[in-house]
Amino acid sequence: MIYRFFAELGAYWLFLRQVFRRPERFAEYRKAFWRDVDSLGVKTLPLVAIISLFMGAVVTIQTALNLEDPLIPRYYIAIAVRESILLEFAPTIVSLILAGIVGSNISGSIGNMRITEQIDALEVMGINPAGFLVLPKIVANVLFSPILLIFSMEGGLVGGYLAGWWLGLLSPCEFLFGLRLEFQPFYIAYSVFKMTVFAFFIASVSSFFGYRVKGGPLEVGHASTQAVISTILAIILFNYILTNLILQ
Amino acid sequence: MISVRNLHKSFGDQHVLRGIDVDLQPGKCNLIIGLSGSGKTVMLKSILGLIQPDEGTILYDGRNLRQMEHSDARKVRQEMGMVFQGSALFTSQSIEENVRLPLDFFTRMSAAEKKERVRFCLERVRIENAAHKYPAELSGGMQKRVAIARAIVLNPKYLFCDEPNSGLDPETSLVIDALIQDITHEYGMTTVINTHDMNSVLEIGEHVLLLKGGEKVWEGTNDEILEAENPAVVDYVFRSNLMKRVRTALSGQ
Repeated sequence: MIYRFFAELGAYWLFLRQVFRRPERFAEYRKAFWRDVDSLGVKTLPLVAIISLFMGAVVTIQTALNLEDPLIPRYYIAIAVRESILLEFAPTIVSLILAGIVGSNISGSIGNMRITEQIDALEVMGINPAGFLVLPKIVANVLFSPILLIFSMEGGLVGGYLAGWWLGLLSPCEFLFGLRLEFQPFYIAYSVFKMTVFAFFIASVSSFFGYRVKGGPLEVGHASTQAVISTILAIILFNYILTNLILQ
Repeated sequence: MISVRNLHKSFGDQHVLRGIDVDLQPGKCNLIIGLSGSGKTVMLKSILGLIQPDEGTILYDGRNLRQMEHSDARKVRQEMGMVFQGSALFTSQSIEENVRLPLDFFTRMSAAEKKERVRFCLERVRIENAAHKYPAELSGGMQKRVAIARAIVLNPKYLFCDEPNSGLDPETSLVIDALIQDITHEYGMTTVINTHDMNSVLEIGEHVLLLKGGEKVWEGTNDEILEAENPAVVDYVFRSNLMKRVRTALSGQ
């Protein structure tokens, strides 16, 4: 088991070396990059916004239920919601959701290319398939992740605001006051950094599992499942490591 | 010419290629034939460099791909064209984009020159009207033609075809065979075709190599194969009832 883990880690490292080899033609990689920005980033924006909106609403309701003491000011609900959304929910929960959506999409599409010999076709042409197929996906995912994160943060806070207002948990003034109180801009930078690391794992780990598929459609499905599980584990592990290193 | 010397390849305990020696000749269709599991695909993929052989050398006009620097090996790869069994077209790209991809990567042509070259190649395989379609919109035979167009777009010196007739009806198979042979003669390419279709062997087999159990058991031409005395050839060629009748007719002459 331990041997297998390190063998897989070594294979992943060798795969990354192949991915980061010098591109044959930058213009072609650039075209692939914009395609991936659209398919992996822009198309996931609405979903991220909806998930974040409801996540923010739920966090507000739950926090309000736990802060019913009349001695605690209502704007504390907004502070708790802000900290939860900025520090954890937006970067980590959204990354976990994206690991499922984007990760399975990447491993499925690359796995399908593998079993239909499209990857072999690229290799025979003299194109580095790992570089051409994976590098633009990694770069697109990493560069677009801060935009997704900001969307998620805004969505979460708007959801919290609306839930607090509609359900009468706290007034809009209290919510906005709480949001601004002792706000630390560093938390945004911390979240962006975390999300960027997670985005790298989502694209690279999913590609790794798709790239080495052997067999048919069943194996592609299996690889997608493995990719999602491994990405989620990597995100959870690095969430702990980064939180410990940066916030402690 | 592609020279293969003492080629060995094993997968675990299974010895798939057992010391194959052959010279694949330029300007001719070189056919690798044999039963399923005889090592045809492994040999073709070894020649292409998609599989690393355990032992042996493969020389492309004297150049050894395995001993080259990555950049030099890439240049040799640009001299290769490959038609895969399932065509291996990029499903997210149009036919025109599929054929243009090698030009985008490896030439400094202008957009107009690329367009002209793609049009020429699609015309050459008689499929010019499908330029803006996607692979899923084409029949198997048309996809094979597109794969041939993509394989020849860089004017390769070596053309490889893995089961080019697989999944095609006999008429379309003949058309594809004729197309590959015409292109081979026209450009003087070293064409290597992996097949078990006897029609192809008889139609375009200018140099035929029979594999059995990972070994080369016979080498000759399509004219010689019907009269060969080698038991492995007789066993392979005259396996079907149709070919048994051909043999009876031949011996009657």
